[in-house]
Amino acid sequence: MTSTSTAAIAGGPLRPAVVLGGNRIPFARAHGAYAGASNQDMLTSALEGLVARFGLQGKALGEVVAGAVMKHSADFNLTRESVLGTSLDAHTPAHDVQTACATGIETVGGVANKIRLGQIESGIGGGVDTISDAPLAFNSEARELFMQLNRARTTQDKIKIALKLRPKHFAPLAPQAGEVRTGLSMGEHQALTTHHWGVTREEQDELAMHSHNNMASAYDEGFFNDLITPFRGLDRDNNMRPGSTLEALAKLRVAFGKQFGDEATMTAGNSTPMTDGAAAALLSSEEWAIDHNLPILAEFMDFEVAAVDFVNGKEGLLMAPTYAIPRILDRHGLSLDDIDFFEIHEAFAGTVLATIEALGDEDYNKNVLGRDTVLGQIDRSKLNVKGSSLASGHPFAATGPRIVASLAKMLHEKGEGSLGLISVCAAGGQGAVALMRGR
Amino acid sequence: MSPTDSYTRFVNRPFGKQVAKTIGLPRPVPLRRHTQGDRLASGSILVIGESDAGNTVAEQLWAESYDVRRDPGLKQKFSAIIVAFDDAAHPSDLSERVLQVSAALRGLEPNGRVITIFRDPQDSSISSDANRIAVRHSVEGFTRSLAKEMRFGATTNGIILGQDVTMAAPAALAALRFFLSGRSAYVAGQFLTVSSSAGAVPADWDTPLADMVIVVTGAARGIGEAISETLARDGATVIGVDMPPAGEALTTVMNRVGGIAVQMDITDENAGNELLRMAEQRFGRLDGIVHNAGITRDKLLANMDAARWDSLIAVNITAPLRINEQLLAALGQGVVAENFRITALASTSGIAGNRGQTNYAAAKAGIMGMTQALAGQLAKTGGSINAVAPGFIETAMTDAMPAATREVARRMNSLQQGGRPVDVAEAIALFHTDAAAGINGTTLRVCGQSMVGK
Repeated sequence: MTSTSTAAIAGGPLRPAVVLGGNRIPFARAHGAYAGASNQDMLTSALEGLVARFGLQGKALGEVVAGAVMKHSADFNLTRESVLGTSLDAHTPAHDVQTACATGIETVGGVANKIRLGQIESGIGGGVDTISDAPLAFNSEARELFMQLNRARTTQDKIKIALKLRPKHFAPLAPQAGEVRTGLSMGEHQALTTHHWGVTREEQDELAMHSHNNMASAYDEGFFNDLITPFRGLDRDNNMRPGSTLEALAKLRVAFGKQFGDEATMTAGNSTPMTDGAAAALLSSEEWAIDHNLPILAEFMDFEVAAVDFVNGKEGLLMAPTYAIPRILDRHGLSLDDIDFFEIHEAFAGTVLATIEALGDEDYNKNVLGRDTVLGQIDRSKLNVKGSSLASGHPFAATGPRIVASLAKMLHEKGEGSLGLISVCAAGGQGAVALMRGR
Repeated sequence: MSPTDSYTRFVNRPFGKQVAKTIGLPRPVPLRRHTQGDRLASGSILVIGESDAGNTVAEQLWAESYDVRRDPGLKQKFSAIIVAFDDAAHPSDLSERVLQVSAALRGLEPNGRVITIFRDPQDSSISSDANRIAVRHSVEGFTRSLAKEMRFGATTNGIILGQDVTMAAPAALAALRFFLSGRSAYVAGQFLTVSSSAGAVPADWDTPLADMVIVVTGAARGIGEAISETLARDGATVIGVDMPPAGEALTTVMNRVGGIAVQMDITDENAGNELLRMAEQRFGRLDGIVHNAGITRDKLLANMDAARWDSLIAVNITAPLRINEQLLAALGQGVVAENFRITALASTSGIAGNRGQTNYAAAKAGIMGMTQALAGQLAKTGGSINAVAPGFIETAMTDAMPAATREVARRMNSLQQGGRPVDVAEAIALFHTDAAAGINGTTLRVCGQSMVGK
């Protein structure tokens, strides 16, 4: 413990939690560069890169919190197992968090809260996901037979049960890509929202183009030199297409919302593909950062989660951030105009654009959000200026820490007091948003 | 890369040894290399020459309880033979001591050492004394030739004492210890010139770099990796630099040595200032830099293009020059140490030239020029700059050579084998110690006395 004052949780004042930096491995399109890598491999590598960047070898941190959306049941202790594979002191505790694509904001936010309360001095919030090594399970009929087999006592019983096994029992159960309660895929859900808000194909393609080109120039100017460590031969996100053009994007066929015919707008180009990857952000108290001579980039001020009723069709699946954004801004007495950088996760270009539309819509503000005034417009020149998920890809739980680390650096470069807002939508009609302030 | 090449393994087994002996093939042996805590010598050390230097060396080693002998005796075994010629005034003075060396030589153990000590032939105080100048050059020639007669991993090297410098100077002691120990495993037929009495003896010779912060460029693999490990072993904290695409390997190395990884292109205009900023923020100090990063773009000049020439020059010589300029501009402002030490990787190609490497040789010869040029400026505040020129070092790069070419290259030196990255790293580490401050502006070859060049 470096802090001498009483911890907030013991009656002392709250203190800031600051972001010192981050590290991620390049994100890879599923079934490609990282096909043989497990969640643990990738998370360990992301953590090791962070350790090397900040010289944390042999140091015990307060806690490492990470998680994965697609997780093997054997990985119940994924984060702790990963920590044990790093150069960190084994006295570093760890736990897993799992709340769909909001996992990464929840892990960072949880660490920040513990720091603010004085429970820990330092910590890492991370996330990892792999589609290439997704868990496959036996179907329920097969599982029932195997359980019976396990319970059988005599050899005769065992043979009797074993003879019931048929080829169909060996057809694996893949993880559901669709929403459990509606059966619709996330893309199909977004297609409904995109159509509802009248977002055009051109707008979506333009957003996608900016994402690719912004991220490519960020790479070229060396912005990611201290945010990324290569992994398995990849040193850039392999989904990124530098020099993306509207012409090329316009040629792509419709992928979601085909029921809308001519009005269908969502393509593989303006939707984020399945991706493998891992990311981590290092947070601490100010005292810890100073004691360890580490740079303070930004303050992690606050985060807020929200959920919507998408099951009954009352709201779009990925619209929960529109509920959380006004709440977090109001809590801090801020407006959209105060924000210097908006980091709105691009699950789909349509998600970002529908979110922006909704926040500026009078009827939505009044009748859905219950606000007297319209929250306002988002200045597009402040949106995803270093690119976002359409370019990098989106390994679900890794997206939060990716954004936190990049935004911290952007805010630090912008200057003290600059503000950044993060918005991440998630399956199950949930979403998480966060506020950060530059140092 | 195997720790010992297959031919060396073969000739060190009974059958292979017999074959090599019978038909006169080279018989390389595994070299003695340093591990922390090793003594300088395991057996007796013979010190020849009742001169100032000879007596000082004998007293020093005696004080550290080595078995020091002043006479070859009969059929005596020696780990090392040190012969002082510092008082020689004429070539005819050499005979007596040379013949004592001769008498003792058969008793030199495998991986033994012969070290000559003499005064600098370029010493301005004897500029008109042909006899003295002649004898000093004579010792040089004697040393180089004796080095070629060594067998079974033994080496001969020389310590040259500059004007008014005695063997009691910290750098003379550092040089002596380096040549005696396994740290100089792959150094043969070479000289360390001690030009001043600057420097200080470390509290512990096993951790002479304690508390120092040193940047190593190209730290992700090969020689840079070994340099990082060796500097860390000797007590330094390493700031490892490499290109962003090498980041994964760099991370592994830095986590092993407890350093920090910096992914950076050293050809960036601001690389030196950026390193300075980082060193200041993380450690509040910077004690040295190792310019190790380098590339090869081999082509005969007739086939050379701008891309090959320019990119090589940019990385191998322009970047070190510019980084030095930026770091030295901050001298005296509190972060860059007064006794700042720079080392750089030169190459035997830069000394002797190499077909297909006009660009590489130009850059590496430039490194040696840079070393001479900055020596005076650095010495003013107690700093130093030196270069190390590796010969055939076994790395992933040499593993990729055609087998026959590689096999020939390996044997073309007095030790009849390739060196290891750690051999280069040991020389670099020596130059970063405060003890070695009196060695400045030099280039040390780590080449097993390669037949290429001087």
